[in-house]
Amino acid sequence: MAFLSYLIGGLGLGSVYAIIALGYSMVYGIAKMLNFAHGDVIMVGAFMAYFAISKYHLPVLVGVVLAVVVCTILGVVIERLAYKPLRHASSLSVLITAIGVSYFLQNSAMLLWGTDTKIFPTVLSGSLTVGSLSVPYLTLITILTCIVIMIVLTLFINRTKTGRAMRACSEDKGAAALMGINVNRIISITFAIGSGLAAIASILLVATYPSVYPTLGSMPGIKAFTAAVFGGIGSIPGAFLGGLVLGVVENLSRAYISTQLSDAIVFMVLIVVLLIKPTGLLGKKVNVKV
Amino acid sequence: MENREKVLEVRGLGIDFGGLTAVNDLDLDIYQGEIYGLIGPNGAGKTTVFNMLTKVYQPSRGTIRLCGQDMAKLNPVTANIAGVARTFQNIRLFNKLTVLDNVKTGMHNSISYGKLAAVLRLPSYYKAEKEADEKAMELLTILGLDQYADTEAGNLPYGAQRRLEIARALATNPKLLLLDEPAAGMNPQETEELMAMIRKVRDYFKISVLLIEHDMKLVMGICERITVLNFGQLLAQGLPAEIQSNKEVIKAYIGE
Repeated sequence: MAFLSYLIGGLGLGSVYAIIALGYSMVYGIAKMLNFAHGDVIMVGAFMAYFAISKYHLPVLVGVVLAVVVCTILGVVIERLAYKPLRHASSLSVLITAIGVSYFLQNSAMLLWGTDTKIFPTVLSGSLTVGSLSVPYLTLITILTCIVIMIVLTLFINRTKTGRAMRACSEDKGAAALMGINVNRIISITFAIGSGLAAIASILLVATYPSVYPTLGSMPGIKAFTAAVFGGIGSIPGAFLGGLVLGVVENLSRAYISTQLSDAIVFMVLIVVLLIKPTGLLGKKVNVKV
Repeated sequence: MENREKVLEVRGLGIDFGGLTAVNDLDLDIYQGEIYGLIGPNGAGKTTVFNMLTKVYQPSRGTIRLCGQDMAKLNPVTANIAGVARTFQNIRLFNKLTVLDNVKTGMHNSISYGKLAAVLRLPSYYKAEKEADEKAMELLTILGLDQYADTEAGNLPYGAQRRLEIARALATNPKLLLLDEPAAGMNPQETEELMAMIRKVRDYFKISVLLIEHDMKLVMGICERITVLNFGQLLAQGLPAEIQSNKEVIKAYIGE
């Protein structure tokens, strides 16, 4: 029973990683860049929810909506101001810019909101008990949210004209533009979706681990990036699978091996997977034509 | 000829890359329903002309008018919306998308429903997608690709990929279709079929076609008029028979 409960806890944590990983993976798939500021968008989302719920005592749902709206706008603005001017620059310049944006957001948060850790209020307590197994409602909601997001996003990408345009842009932006697809708009939409999802992840994260501070996004950001690479970056089912596997591995190793070593074990698993399958679990082999 | 509507009017078109003049002082008129050939030796600047007509390159000099509209301020997206569509010398399909989806990317601007309607699956979404499916299937049928609708474009045979590029370009609802070496790599029988298909498409969609081609049988067989470029300069312009007997053209192709 203990194992089952650790497993479900791991799936809950993995769901948060998966939702964040989707943002990394979609942006990589379409804009071909690693947006290292993605983790800090999570932090901004967490602060927005904290202020709304804890400071202004607004309903939880209002906090969620506020976080999603602010993060979506923030993601689009970051892309416009920091990445769009570098559309034709080398990928290294874009990568360094992304790291710069990440520090900018962290330091702005320290300046605006202080460096102290704020405690996120309990928004949902209680557990579902089945026999001797007890699962917190929050974990269930987290897993459920992740599943709903996966289904809606997959349908959106595969069945709508914007999704089709996104897939076209991920293959050949020049040809897509010549078919009348506004590539800049598609990239903006991608950042908007990724950042909106980051906001949802941020609330699920701080509802489970209730401390809010300016560097809050770093670790989940890196873990989610790992999950995206693990699953095969650019692949949406890959991000989902990578996130879940990572969460489960982390939680089980924390429970059975060592709390201190859990992160090391997670990254070791990543290294082993990449050695065996360099494109990640669901990544496709890229054929380079000579 | 002159009582037909003028679809494309190019005057004094030129472009420089650094100190190199790639195309200079090109004049070109294409009329409604015309199939027009653009030929010349390798490196003559033919594809560069296509890139200027689709606004991938901004011309250094001259004007381009499409049905009277000045194209100076357009970019590749707005040029496509204005009515210029093209295929590529090196096939540039969306390989991981199905054949049907490739055609539907071409219909991006004519499918109208909001993103919210798409997420909430409102009736407007289903209606618009169904109409797009029907129109795309019609295009695929005309180009003999209907049996491949659900195949990934990258898995199509070569000749079918070239035809799919034409279908995708037609899906954007163009007035002028630019074909960049449509017969490249095709055998004589496939070329023959392609010629019939280009005529059929022109008649069915009532468009004009400008094509770059090295296959002289195709060019002389279907083009009503031809322009010859050499080193970026206009070498000759006229009917196929005039071009074939033009001494300058023969010299440029075969050498002294």
